[in-house]
Order: sequence, then C-alpha cells, then structure tokens
Amino acid sequence: MNGIIDLTAWQVALAYLFVLLVLAIVRMRGINREKEILISSVRMTLQLILVGYILVYLFDYPNPWLTAGIVLCMEAFAVYTVLNRFNDQLVKPLKYIIAIAMSAGTLACLAYFLLVVVRLTPWYAPQYFIPIAGMLIGNSMTGVVLGLKLLLDGMTTQKALVEEALILGATPRAASRNIINNAFDSAILPTINSMIGMGVVFLPGMMTGQILAGIAPITAIAYQIAIMLGILGAVALTVIIMLQLGYRTFFNQEDQLCSR
Amino acid sequence: MFEFIDVKFKEIIDLPALCFERKKITTLIGASGSGKTTILKMLNKMLSPTHGRIIYNHTDLRRINSVAHRRQVAMLSQNPAIFEGNIRENLLIGLKLQEKDLPGDDAVLGVMEQVKLNKPLDSPVYTLSGGEKQRLALGRILLLNPEVYLLDEPSAALDENTEEMIMQMVTGHVRKKNKTLVMVTHSKAIAEQYADTVIEIVSGRCFRRGENNERDH
Ligand SMILES: Nc1ncnc2c1ncn2[C@@H]1O[C@H](COP(=O)(O)OP(=O)(O)O)[C@@H](O)[C@H]1O
Ligand SMILES: [Mg+2]
Repeated sequence: MNGIIDLTAWQVALAYLFVLLVLAIVRMRGINREKEILISSVRMTLQLILVGYILVYLFDYPNPWLTAGIVLCMEAFAVYTVLNRFNDQLVKPLKYIIAIAMSAGTLACLAYFLLVVVRLTPWYAPQYFIPIAGMLIGNSMTGVVLGLKLLLDGMTTQKALVEEALILGATPRAASRNIINNAFDSAILPTINSMIGMGVVFLPGMMTGQILAGIAPITAIAYQIAIMLGILGAVALTVIIMLQLGYRTFFNQEDQLCSR
Repeated sequence: MFEFIDVKFKEIIDLPALCFERKKITTLIGASGSGKTTILKMLNKMLSPTHGRIIYNHTDLRRINSVAHRRQVAMLSQNPAIFEGNIRENLLIGLKLQEKDLPGDDAVLGVMEQVKLNKPLDSPVYTLSGGEKQRLALGRILLLNPEVYLLDEPSAALDENTEEMIMQMVTGHVRKKNKTLVMVTHSKAIAEQYADTVIEIVSGRCFRRGENNERDH
C-alpha cells in the first residue's frame, strides 16, 4: 500500500452517513438537536473547503505579508471567541489584557518554534507557519478560556477571603495568589494530561494527517513531540501573562476590591 | 491621629468634622445600619470617602499607600473570614500575607492565651465555634502588632463572661503598649466602661461625643 489514496468528493459524501446515523438517533429518542447537528456538519464542511482553497493559493504564492495576515486573523478570531464567551463578565481593561496575553504568548512561542527549533526557510513558508500557528493559538485559546473562567469564579466565590487578606495588609497580588495559582494549574492540566495519553490512548490529529499523507512515521513523531512541547509552552505563557496582568483589574488604585 | 474633614461616603456617611485621638480608646455606638462599619473601613482605607478627606498623622490618607497603611492600622472585621487550615496557620496568616518572618510557637501560644483559646494549634478551624473563630481572628491581628487597632464588634459572638475577659485583655493590652484603639460595640455599657471617648452615630452622622474624664493615665 504505497502512495496516497485520494478521496473523491463522492467518497467524502459517503462519510455523511455518520451524520444521518446521528440524526436518526436523536430523532428516534426525541432529543431536540437535529438543527445543530446539521448546521455544524455543514459549517465544518464549508469552512474546511474554504480554508483548503486559501491554503492552495498560499502554497502556490508564498508571501510574507499573506502569511502574517492569516496569522493575525487567527489571533483576532481566537481573541474574539474568548471575549464572546465571557461577554458581559469582562471589564474593558481585562479585554485588552486578554488580547495582549494571547498575542504575546503565542507569537513568542511561534517565533521560537519556527526560527530556532524548526529553522524554517523562508521564515514565512506557509506549509509550516500556518498549521503550527493554528495549533499554538487554538490550544492557547482553550487554556485562556479555562484560566479566565477560574479567575472570574475564584474572585467571586472567594471574594470574602480576598477582602479579608487585604484587611490583613496583603498586597492585591498576595491576596489573589491562591486563585491565580489554581487558575494556572487548571488551565495547563488538559495539556499535561494529553501528553500523558499521547501515542497510547490516541494518535494526535496532526501526526495522523501526516502519516496518512505519506510522511515517514518517525518524522511525523519528531514533529509531534516538538509541537506538543510548543503547545505546552504557548498555553503556559499565554495563561500566566493573562493572569498576572488580569488579577489587577479586580482591584482599584487604592488596593480595594472593585465592585463589579 | 485621624481627622475627618467634610467626609461623605455616598449617602451613608456625613461627617463634617470628627477626630480620633492617638493612644486613646474610642468606641463607636449606634443602631445597626447607622454606618459604624463604613467609618472603620474608611479608617484603614478599605473604603475611601466619596467626598472630603481624612487626615492621618498630618497626612492626607489619599497620599498614603493603602497596603502600608493597613499594616499600621489593623482591622478586625465584623464577620472575619477564616482561612482553610488549622489554628496555627490562621493565626500566622496575617504575617504570612504581609511577607514577614513567622514567629515560633511560643509567640503563637502567647496570643492563644491572650484570646483565651485553649485548643491544640493543629486543630482544624472547622472544629471551632463562632465565638472561638471570632477570638482566633482577634488573635491574628494581635500578632501583627499594629499601631492602631480597629475592632468591629469583637465580642458580638461571645457570652458575657468571655466578653468581659476579652474586653479587659484588649483594653489592657492597648493601654500597656501605648496603642490606639477604635472599637465598634453594640453595648453602651461596654462603650462607657472601657473608653476614653464614646461617639454615637445616628444615620451616618456624629450624634453625640462624650469624654470619659474619670479615666486618667
Ligand atoms: N459599600 C457600600 N455601598 C453602599 N452601601 C453600603 C455599603 N456598605 C454598607 N452599605 C449600607 O450602608 C449602611 C451602613 O452600613 P454599616 O456601615 O455596615 O452600618 P453598621 O456597621 O453601623 O451596622 C447600611 O444601610 C448598608 O446597607
Ligand atoms: Mg457593622
């Protein structure tokens, strides 16, 4: 079995049988989810087709501006997703901090990964730049969502303890230390867990894709190891920047808890 | 030591002029909701006046760093939050949060004695009653050794005997160490028995200020 088996549009359409199966199940059980299942399947298909054409174009005409533009769009979309998720719970400075943390954290890791680890030439080669940026940004986004949720929850449920700590002469930083540490810990835990299961419980998508596309498993694995470490770094860096700057927005200039 | 000049806090407090004297014991009395807790919180900058200013040792409080100020002017809140862990950890939490060196068990046991807590230092705090928790919270600010004590109804959860012992201890300690004490109390009797100055608050205003002249030292 050498070479790559190309999937025709017809073959892909056959995979839609799975969707019909799920639709049948929810209809039979009277679970009201048909619309979402249909919409998400169709959306996924259209989005990927669109991305496919964009990638074809990018790979044919590699261009630093285009690569940079695409990565910026990814960042913007990730930030938008986070802000949208927490909608009315975020004060304005915290929104800026989220945008700064996500951009700085992922771009720093991306630069190190591509320029020092992979040694990409030219630096903007879209085949590498775009998928790796996607993985770092996507995972950081999940981490930030988790960390932010725990920060907001902690500052609400443990408000009395934070206030008591301030009364006892703690700096805002010391008063929120437990909440920050707990949020950071929880945010990087999924990444750590996925490394533990890696290769045993599941083969990650990127590696599977590369192997399916005919790359030697050892090369695919080397990339996978490096990218997992890169993801860990990006998640950790993004989340810690967000927390270290973000906790302060819960306090005012006089080191009192803001009422919000 | 503290001087209120034209101080307002929202619609709650309106104090055109009021002062708290250094190395004296001042008690605040008044109906619940009259604004006593709000006044204490303004004294240690947990709240800032929405109008007017408070002078502390000749300096406008706005120009003093809040955290540094709270370390000098320690407050026991009305419903103090107790942290997870055992008695020792809770007594030391203030010093720990201030990133100070932690004393040995001798000092901690000394404070236990002062607040009349007779339990092993390793007992988890959930084994304590409401009154014991209140004394634990008092103990943890005694360990901070501040210049000024602000106590918000420190004996609310105590029975009469313990209340008497704790009041004797606190006022004795403050006088011996030449500290300043401002205390909110629900009991007029306590206010007059222990204080140099009694201030009665009605609807956020100073309704009456009485000096206890029999006391001299
Ligand atoms: N931060 C705040 N903002 C607005 N109102 C408050 C605040 N804190 C307390 N209050 C209100 O101010 C009034 C005085 O409260 P408080 O100072 O706790 O009174 P006391 O300690 O004398 O019982 C109460 O009516 C209370 O509901
Ligand atoms: Mg009160």
